[in-house]
Amino acid sequence: MTHHHGWADLRPMHLRIDRASAAMLWACFVTAGFGLAGEAAEVPAAVRNAEQTRIRIIAKAKQTAICIFARGGHGGGSGVVISPDGYALTNYHVVKPAGNYMKCGMDDGQLYDAILVGLDPTGDVALIKLLGRDDFPHATLADSNQVRSGDWCFAVGNPFLLATDFQPTVTYGIVSGVHRYQPPAGTLLEYTDCIQTDAAINPGNSGGPLFSAAGELIGVNGRGSFEKRGRVNVGVGYAISSNQIKHFLGYLRSGRIVDHATLGATVATSEEGRVVVANILESSDAYRRGLRYGDEIVSFAGREIETVNAFKNVLGIYPRGWNVSLKYRREDQDFDVMVRLSGVHSKRELLRKVQGPAARPPRKEPQPDQPDAPKPKPDAPKPQPLPAPQVPEKSKVPTEVAKLVRPREGYANYYFNLQNRNRVWSSAKKHGDFSSRTGQWLLSGVLSNGGEFQIAIEDQRVLAQFPQGPAVVEATLDLDQQADPEGSGGLLTALYLWRRLLTAGPGKFGEMFYLGTAPATSQPGIFEVLVGTYNVIQETRFLFDAQTGHLRGMEMSLNNSTDRCEIVFAEYKDHDGLLIPHKLRIHHGTQLFATIEVNRAEIKAATKEKP
Amino acid sequence: MSPHLSVAHELRGVVRSLTVAVVSSLLASICFPLQPLRGVETSYSRTIANVQPKMVKIYGAGGIRGLEAYQSGLLISANGHVLTVWSYVLDTEDVSVVLNDGRKFQGQLVGADPRLGIAILKVDLNEVPHFERRPPDELEPGDRILAFSNLYGVATGNEPTSVLHGTIAARTQLSARRGAFNTTYKGPVYILDAMTNNPGAAGGALTDRRGNLVGLLGKELRNTETETWLNYAIPVALLADTIDDLIAGRTPAQTVDINRKKPVQPLNTELLGIVLVPDVLDKTPAFVDSVRKQSAAAAVNLRPDDLILFANERMAATCKQLAEELSFIDRIDPVTLTIQRGQDLLDITLQLP
Repeated sequence: MTHHHGWADLRPMHLRIDRASAAMLWACFVTAGFGLAGEAAEVPAAVRNAEQTRIRIIAKAKQTAICIFARGGHGGGSGVVISPDGYALTNYHVVKPAGNYMKCGMDDGQLYDAILVGLDPTGDVALIKLLGRDDFPHATLADSNQVRSGDWCFAVGNPFLLATDFQPTVTYGIVSGVHRYQPPAGTLLEYTDCIQTDAAINPGNSGGPLFSAAGELIGVNGRGSFEKRGRVNVGVGYAISSNQIKHFLGYLRSGRIVDHATLGATVATSEEGRVVVANILESSDAYRRGLRYGDEIVSFAGREIETVNAFKNVLGIYPRGWNVSLKYRREDQDFDVMVRLSGVHSKRELLRKVQGPAARPPRKEPQPDQPDAPKPKPDAPKPQPLPAPQVPEKSKVPTEVAKLVRPREGYANYYFNLQNRNRVWSSAKKHGDFSSRTGQWLLSGVLSNGGEFQIAIEDQRVLAQFPQGPAVVEATLDLDQQADPEGSGGLLTALYLWRRLLTAGPGKFGEMFYLGTAPATSQPGIFEVLVGTYNVIQETRFLFDAQTGHLRGMEMSLNNSTDRCEIVFAEYKDHDGLLIPHKLRIHHGTQLFATIEVNRAEIKAATKEKP
Repeated sequence: MSPHLSVAHELRGVVRSLTVAVVSSLLASICFPLQPLRGVETSYSRTIANVQPKMVKIYGAGGIRGLEAYQSGLLISANGHVLTVWSYVLDTEDVSVVLNDGRKFQGQLVGADPRLGIAILKVDLNEVPHFERRPPDELEPGDRILAFSNLYGVATGNEPTSVLHGTIAARTQLSARRGAFNTTYKGPVYILDAMTNNPGAAGGALTDRRGNLVGLLGKELRNTETETWLNYAIPVALLADTIDDLIAGRTPAQTVDINRKKPVQPLNTELLGIVLVPDVLDKTPAFVDSVRKQSAAAAVNLRPDDLILFANERMAATCKQLAEELSFIDRIDPVTLTIQRGQDLLDITLQLP
């Protein structure tokens, strides 16, 4: 039954290759590269060209990989540089033992100092920054949703910390699966929507890049399935997708410890195989948008949801506070809403996990009573992050590097938060310095749906007149109870905080930190976001235009159980050297409260005597 | 085989795909050097997308330490016949088969061949995508392969199985490694250079680079001396006839003689001196717990831990099946039991004195 493959019959035809068959050419090279010196003429030009292309792509890509060595011989791993000024991605479980300072070797044989920037412990991602150059070779983050099972790919890294000359190791393979869900231990190191590959991923590869055949960064390698086979590659490695990383990158640059998101609801598979809400928190945004127990989840963030894993895959790629679309079904009627995702952990919880032993590569089983905890598959082994190999090294933090490290509770490196907060604020101040305008601010004009308004904002109170009547906020009392005017979600309180930011600045506003770059519900686009806490108002977001620095909007929640008051600031006009918005669109929940046109604005400086 | 030859194999396949050689070669010479090889053109993704609907995930008995309660399988007929490995996972009435699209079915055991280590399940389906049972070509060392399986149970529901790539490293007899590997199958196998035979991968598909079925991924085998794991598949060409027979119900084990009558004085295990393990499951494997001294079983040296598979070539792999089959045999007649002892399959004939 064997049809013997003759060798001689191949020769006359070997140059005839159609394009469709190019698929196999990449494949051939793996073996074609050996022992051909004397027989090069037998290999078609197309094959040789393709091989050269592949060599070129790998040579370029591996320049961006880094070998990470933790201070004091606390192991290490791999990483990849993603910007010319040295920002680089790696795994949380690689930098965890390293702390806030590490050494990174690159393909050029140089060793660079690097500092910790941001952490995503739940997603096992860390952002670090290499120092000393502004022209680092860097990789480009690809759209990982385009990656399909069967695509060629290659991993670059430092398996077993082999590379004493820092030249990384390249392993080649195919994508074995996409949109894989790998459960966490507890709530950390969860791999959602990840890429599975048979390219060899070994201890030391953690944090290193997974590239497409074209040399684009499609993921960050971090764990594998091992079980009884010992902790070396068995052809089943997992990479965090580049799309997930893109969502978190703007947050990671803020120097914070970033949390993942929850819908505030858990889901389960119904007997008919549909994904339905099994539990929902009444304080969640989803609840306020109408989601209830028993509703079927149809799509989430634009992706169809057919399994619980699919739901978790979507949820896991977004940070806390992200806004996503949700389509749910009740009695054959579909509802389309936008929801803001809340955090998986409380601040303290996350901090405790990062500091505690749970942050080490997990060994325990997921807890079934955890909200959103995955149902353990029948006897399915739990893939584990790769352990860091040990390397002996001792070094002290250089003084100039130490200046870039600023520890603060709740932050990976507060230095970067402060830097960014100041950057955003000085960019905003170019459009007007309000610091001396601490007197009364008077705005008056018309509402788009008819009638006139007048608002006077002062240090102690806000007084206003709307067509429906007067409204007032006393700033000396708890602000979270003052939602005037009715139906606005607290417009006057928001405007009070707006004036406070512009006059006092982020340093004196109250507590204020740089959130990162994020989308908003109230308007399209990605914004630089400062988040402030003042009085009892826990969270007010100020949205700045990423290009111009203009304050484009704000979103304030009076308290956890009510919808936000969202203001869009538009039509800025010069007013005595200050740019003042002359159109304000105010939303409360899904309702438009009002669009107001400012006809007259008086932004007074402080006066000795009270008006 | 030299690496060069494997390239030649690839090109041979490539060349075969041409229908009009002249036109194509013209096209190739025009557009090929100008077209950079990008991910889209070089991917296996289309082949894989065609194969995935033929793959199934199987869940059954197991779940205790070291024994996964899942394995892989593949559709082998349009009527929902599933080829998989014969293993403890099937030792339950409740075997579920999950299709690529997430639909879940109860799998009925149609038949099994313990010598080949294969089993055929049937799910209630018509006109499903399925593999051909006879490969267009046997593969040679150096030929490229893809391996589809639900290793580590990574995929659930409608998630596609995992795919690994590699080449055929060798074709050899598994019995050549006898002693090192604990296996009853001793026939020819493809040895693979990829990590194909992980937990849960058994019953998965080995295909050529076009997605044609060429082999069945075997059970995990660890070399007892070196602690290394073997990556291998049984060539499907060797299984094809048996698969045909199993599906058609033609194996002796499956043949039902409607005229078969129970004798007045039938055999039973007690008469033979066989004590089986307690029958606590719906499909308790017919393991010998002990053998009574000076019995017919003792006379042929049946031992504790022997697993009875057949009685007179009819399937008798569970305690209940064995009791049923023995009830058709008269006490005065001999009975041939096929047993598994360690890695060997043995036929022993018992006769009451």
